[in-house]
Amino acid sequence: MPDSQKSRARRKSLDVRAWNGTTRPYDLLKELAIGVLVVGVIIVGFAAVAGSPDEPTITLQNWAQANPNDFVATATAELAGTSDTASYGPPYSSTAGATQTLGPIDLQTMSGVQLRIDAAKDFVITPLTTLDSAPDAVSTWRAATSEQQTAWATSYSDALGKASNGDPSTVVSGNYGPVPQLTQGLLTVAKGGALDGAIQSEGGLYNTNPTPTILFLSDGTYFSSLATAQHLTGDQWGMMNETGSYPGQSWLWLFSFWYQVPLIGNLPNADLVVVFIMVFLTLVLALVPFIPGLRSIPRWIPVHRLIWRDYYRKR
Amino acid sequence: MTDSQLPQPTLEPEPEDVDHSWSGRLRRWVLKVLPPEKLLPTSQPSYVATWIYMFGMGAIASLVFVIGSGAVLSLNGPMWWHLSPLGHFFNSLHLWSVEFFFFFMVIHLWAKFWMAAWRGNRALTWITGVVSFAVSIVAGFTGYLLQTNFDSQWIAYQAKDALNASGIGAWFNVANFGQMFMWHILLLPIAVLVIVALHVLLVRGHGVVPPLDAAESDSQLRETTPTEATSREA
Ligand code: HEM
Repeated sequence: MPDSQKSRARRKSLDVRAWNGTTRPYDLLKELAIGVLVVGVIIVGFAAVAGSPDEPTITLQNWAQANPNDFVATATAELAGTSDTASYGPPYSSTAGATQTLGPIDLQTMSGVQLRIDAAKDFVITPLTTLDSAPDAVSTWRAATSEQQTAWATSYSDALGKASNGDPSTVVSGNYGPVPQLTQGLLTVAKGGALDGAIQSEGGLYNTNPTPTILFLSDGTYFSSLATAQHLTGDQWGMMNETGSYPGQSWLWLFSFWYQVPLIGNLPNADLVVVFIMVFLTLVLALVPFIPGLRSIPRWIPVHRLIWRDYYRKR
Repeated sequence: MTDSQLPQPTLEPEPEDVDHSWSGRLRRWVLKVLPPEKLLPTSQPSYVATWIYMFGMGAIASLVFVIGSGAVLSLNGPMWWHLSPLGHFFNSLHLWSVEFFFFFMVIHLWAKFWMAAWRGNRALTWITGVVSFAVSIVAGFTGYLLQTNFDSQWIAYQAKDALNASGIGAWFNVANFGQMFMWHILLLPIAVLVIVALHVLLVRGHGVVPPLDAAESDSQLRETTPTEATSREA
């Protein structure tokens, strides 16, 4: 069949041309109005009966009061440059080799250090300066070389790790420089609630960006222990859940699913792999009409017989 | 005056009468692809008679409540709902309309899949559907980041890794409340509305897809009574 004939045949086929069979009355606006009404009743009903969850935020003050040892250990790790944030790589720091890559693909490095965070300075030294806490220790720290700073903080970090419960008061004496005073000073201002404001105000009066506080909090174990209790961590299907027993973003299930597969979830570049899988699957979904096999599934598994039951019955 | 002397309305304008202005061309094109009787139909093919067609409408209805409750939450700013019982109620309305929006959309998606509703040049309808699903997910996600409570703190912390690993996090910082706020209340709602509008206009323009294996010999194509045949507007 020549091409012109073929396309004419296609144009005529039932699913392309306007329907000229039997019709039924249908009032689009009325259907919409009824839909809005019915859905409105359902939504108002659920909102009134089930409500919505609202677990209060966790502040640095909450953390320092609830788990001071974890707080001190984390502050020390910030000074030593070993915390998650300090050693994250782009977009927060330029730590070498910290990025997730897939073969030659290194999008994280390509995007660059756009949100630079100097964990020791932004989380510890600057707030201590602002609040005039442990000023002598701050001066000593500032005067030291960065090698010296790292050596002090690292040995204090090790010593805390060996102390029972990580309790700073039971640490054996050693060459920690000003680090114990710095972290103790930070703990004091955090417990009193001033640290939250000090870190937040690093962004100025109208700061709407709490990224530093969230990253500092998440470098400790206290924050994630609370999340575990609310079944929110990655190996608990993570953020598709909501606090309490509310439905969360259940539509993210497939995204969370890949992290539960040990072969993928345990990869050092799991995040990047999962992103690639999801981008690929979304493209496949969008292109279903063009993918041989996939687009024929509805013919092979005739669910449509149920959907258009009436039509087929009256054939 | 006889009838023949009256100016006769011409259905097909003479080629030289055709208005070549941009506006004229646009008007002709719009009226051709989406005449009013297609845009606001009062009848549909007889096969459009099952409850499965209600889920697309349900998604639109939920979207109305998503936007409405979001607008009320906007009146007093993002912290209002922690402080006021009325604010909390509107937050609950916002949450549940989103939950039902996705519920209706996902069933709608599966229904359209099993109906192979992309047939007959409707692939773009399917693709705009997938895009509206994807954009809605991002919109919902930024909403979860704006709860200004423990859940939003945690989601910001947890979601950053996937975005950072793919290079997006440097430009789209989920822990930056101000940035996410703008995306959630302005950019993403506009994106959802535009893509959903396009989707629905495409559905109206193409008409509802006929059943799989529908054939010329089917009684509903043969037994058209004269009145029904003249009212075929879909
Ligand atoms: C924001 C979400 C969406 C809204 C508000 C929406 C709305 C609608 C409405 C009102 C219709 C016509 C009535 C019906 O057939 O149900 C429709 C048709 C359609 N939708 Fe959606 N939709 C959405 C998402 C999707 C998704 C995620 C897909 C698939 C991936 C999709 C695919 C289709 C297709 C293929 C049709 C044409 C059906 C036909 O010709 O019979 N839509 N949509």
